[in-house]
Amino acid sequence: MTMNLLLAIAGMVVVTYGIRLSFLVFGHRLVFPPLLQRALHYVPAAVLTALIVPMALAPQGHIDLSAANAYLPGTLAAAMVAFFSRQTLPAILLGFAVYGVWRWLF
Amino acid sequence: MNLTRAALLAGARDTVPMLVGAAPFGVIFGTLAIASGIPVWAVLALSALVFAGSSQFVAVSLIGGGAALPVIWLTTFVVNLRHALYSASLLPYVRHLPARWRWPLAFWLTDETFAVVERYLREHGTGEAGVWYWLGSSLAMYLNWQLWTVAGVLLGQSVPGLAELGLDFAMVATFAAIVAPQLRQRPVLAAALAAGTVALLARHLPYKLGLMLAALAGVLAGLLVERLAAGQPRGEKA
Repeated sequence: MTMNLLLAIAGMVVVTYGIRLSFLVFGHRLVFPPLLQRALHYVPAAVLTALIVPMALAPQGHIDLSAANAYLPGTLAAAMVAFFSRQTLPAILLGFAVYGVWRWLF
Repeated sequence: MNLTRAALLAGARDTVPMLVGAAPFGVIFGTLAIASGIPVWAVLALSALVFAGSSQFVAVSLIGGGAALPVIWLTTFVVNLRHALYSASLLPYVRHLPARWRWPLAFWLTDETFAVVERYLREHGTGEAGVWYWLGSSLAMYLNWQLWTVAGVLLGQSVPGLAELGLDFAMVATFAAIVAPQLRQRPVLAAALAAGTVALLARHLPYKLGLMLAALAGVLAGLLVERLAAGQPRGEKA
């Protein structure tokens, strides 16, 4: 576990620092392709949604649309508040409130 | 007060709104990482050495889910690749400076510092003060992130059983709140729908490989819808 964690973090450091160094330090040898630049625009939404959807719809591994799954209404509440208000923190707190009340009810 | 100190302070001061914005995420990150069983040293190392919030969140979720090392590294690469864009945008302002400036400034390059510093350099140029301004913004973001990570770690340790209280839900809620406002753009909505669908279908693949497939599907869907929208006559564009 410890060895794996060390390797995971060391790799993350190398990858992240390498990206940040890329142009600032080795810039004269690099070009940034325009297609990659456009593709990058979709990475956050794609990766985060890929993490959210299985956790919200199948928290135990199987798809669960029953009232027992509090993740789904909580996630929907957080997403709705953020969508309309564009405020992150209130959305998280409200999502958490809906999740908590839902778990208490069902 | 000399020019160096004034520029350092100005950089830090202009970053204050970003510090406030990052604080809750630092706390949530620290708490969540502890609650998902990651040892304290590793949580602190992630903030101190990787220093890239979104990839730290994703890594906690991946490590907790038993992902393979290459998946963790590749996801980190994909999530942080946007920093290369910042690195490229800022290069013209520091091209003439020695490496001892460019190496450390690159280490501290974040979304927030990029936003603050790029604007300053565009308006004022590098001059004598530019790098000190940049350093001030960098150090403010860095110290702020360490401070709130430690606060989160302490919170996570003082409330045992946070995971059972549903703290894992906090991660889902945080991600949802970050993504939802972007869904107004149709290509981003397409990217999210494609990524979410693939992630759900591929959720049983080992080592969280489904995440990589889903990210790829999402990016392709976004690019496709963007191209379709660009091909439409004016006025019908979303």
